[in-house]
Amino acid sequence: MTTIPSDADNRAHILRLLGEIAPEADLAALSPDVSFRDQLDLDSMDFLNFVISLHKAFHIEIPESDYPKYTTLNGCLAQVAALRT
Amino acid sequence: MVYALQNPCSEHQHPMPWNPIIKSRRDWEVIPNLYDYDVVRNRFSWDEARAELDGLPAGEGLNIAHEAIVRHAAGPLAKRTAIRWLGKDGTIDDYSYRRLDDLTNRFANVLQSLGVAQGDRVFTLAGRIPELYIAALGTLKHRAIVCPLFSAFGPEPVRARLTIGQAKVLVTTASLYQRKVAAIRAALPQLEHVLVIGDELPAPHPTGTANFHHLLHQASADYHIRATDPEDPALLHFTSGTTGTPKGAIHVHGAVVAHHITGKLALDFHPDDIFWCTADPGWVTGTSYGIIAPLTNGLTSIVDEAEFDAERWYGILQDQGVTVWYTAPTAIRMMMKLGVAPIRKFDLRRLRFLASVGEPLNPEAVVWGEQAFGRPFHDNWWQTETGGIMIANYAAMDVRPGSMGRPLPGIEAGIVRTTDSGDVEPVTEPGQQGELALRPSWPSMFRGYWNESARYKQCFASGWYLTGDVAKQDKDGYFWFVGRADDVIKTSGHLIGPFEVESVLIEHKAVAEAAVIGKPDPVAMELVKAFISLKDGYEPDEALKRELLGFARARLGAVVAPKEIAFLPTLPKTRSGKIMRRLLKARELGLPEGDTSTLEGGA
Repeated sequence: MTTIPSDADNRAHILRLLGEIAPEADLAALSPDVSFRDQLDLDSMDFLNFVISLHKAFHIEIPESDYPKYTTLNGCLAQVAALRT
Repeated sequence: MVYALQNPCSEHQHPMPWNPIIKSRRDWEVIPNLYDYDVVRNRFSWDEARAELDGLPAGEGLNIAHEAIVRHAAGPLAKRTAIRWLGKDGTIDDYSYRRLDDLTNRFANVLQSLGVAQGDRVFTLAGRIPELYIAALGTLKHRAIVCPLFSAFGPEPVRARLTIGQAKVLVTTASLYQRKVAAIRAALPQLEHVLVIGDELPAPHPTGTANFHHLLHQASADYHIRATDPEDPALLHFTSGTTGTPKGAIHVHGAVVAHHITGKLALDFHPDDIFWCTADPGWVTGTSYGIIAPLTNGLTSIVDEAEFDAERWYGILQDQGVTVWYTAPTAIRMMMKLGVAPIRKFDLRRLRFLASVGEPLNPEAVVWGEQAFGRPFHDNWWQTETGGIMIANYAAMDVRPGSMGRPLPGIEAGIVRTTDSGDVEPVTEPGQQGELALRPSWPSMFRGYWNESARYKQCFASGWYLTGDVAKQDKDGYFWFVGRADDVIKTSGHLIGPFEVESVLIEHKAVAEAAVIGKPDPVAMELVKAFISLKDGYEPDEALKRELLGFARARLGAVVAPKEIAFLPTLPKTRSGKIMRRLLKARELGLPEGDTSTLEGGA
């Protein structure tokens, strides 16, 4: 029997991936609907690496044209939930 | 002299593996300013280029801001949009030449009222917001020296540059002040005034902190630019070397002759153009071509506050009717990854000329421009020290994909080698690699590094300015980039000095030694990678790696800090104890390590 990961699990997992790329970031204070790059010091390579890590961690396909959907925490959660079913 | 090959794009090693892109008169929508390379080059003189500018009234010299704004504001272009600002949130704000004249006059008066004198340094630390442009141009009117800093720098690069440049005034936003300046303010005794953009001043704030907009509002909109010698310093741009602290390259008001004419010749500026330079003024491109050159040419210049986003960019190209677009390889390669399908949704027929700078543009990307936009990207080459474009591919000259093109009219470039006696001599055989060098002088050549005359002198030998880039020239005169002659890292169009990164890493209590190299990357050209040896008692584990990464990022900012950290028991050194970055790099690339006999213990 497999358990379906909850939104909270996914959220923690996504924040962990973000923390790998920007360990200095205060992720507890992150606003879920504001883009990561407006809140954290991420450059374009960091964002690219973050999307690649999401792809690996959640086994989801992320075509480059979908990258803008992953710029906020809630955006990532929605995508992960939709693609992992 | 043996040069390491540092370029991951192997195409650069073989001139012309790609078919040239043949330019034909039939493709011309307008007659290119440089319609025939040899003819225009032979006829060119810097005196004639200077004659395209007005100079200050009554023969009082040459001032960048007068050429960029004042002369247009007083003439038929007064109501033309000089800068169209696009906010992140979709706001559009137009600054006509007249409005820009008014606002920059006010800022010059603000500086006057604060007691800022000619030659004092005024730094900016802000994103691409209108106030940055107003402050920079107003500073030039007042004949103080403007130094735009990249807003993504962390507190340490900001502190280092403000200290080295002995900043008297800093213009920044409330948020950046809070995050990057407040904590270091006490360490900057020469910094007398901080002008904060935003509704409220951050509290508590020391004396000398004032609200930018309040001061601007109170100031008079009349300002008379006083006599400016073309050799008076105007701009300070920091760049990095292999060793030592960042260097502030000084450019003079006379550089505007080069800004203006290279805009016309290399970027093919025509009077009705809508021009978009995507670079941030924190880097020299974003000042020479993101502020000055389009305005001296009387164009409309697009400024986008937001960071790269392909669809947003295509929307800007379409909606603003951009005709000439100057961007960077990292962005082009990211667009390539997305493919041409998204571009087809936009009408980009007004685009006439595409150019790229920052690092060599790989031939695939040059050619992809044709597929995606119906035009090739025209790569060009220059650096902070040269102040303007020096070598370029032109609208009316065949493009050899992967080549940086041919020298601008008025610029003599060559490939040189160092002889056994230490002199520098030109390499005459085509295809031989050596250091790319330029014959001094041209108007936008740097006139010094701030307070570093010895390092300035080291850049010149036997009548050449040595660029630090290794290149070769083919038999038809096209130049091809090979790599850097030093250990400076080229990432996403920025030059990063390994020393600046290493200095921060060794401040961490666990770090014994650090060496930083550029690791080849298909998108950014190179990524900053750090090799670290630890002090006794520290374990090289993932937790420490993360801690060091966060430590470096918090101090240096994401654009300068390492993207990757590797632990080594010891770092390879020469017998004299110098860490061999070259060897670490060779290992990273899987290249032969060469003669390691000078290494201590073979490490």
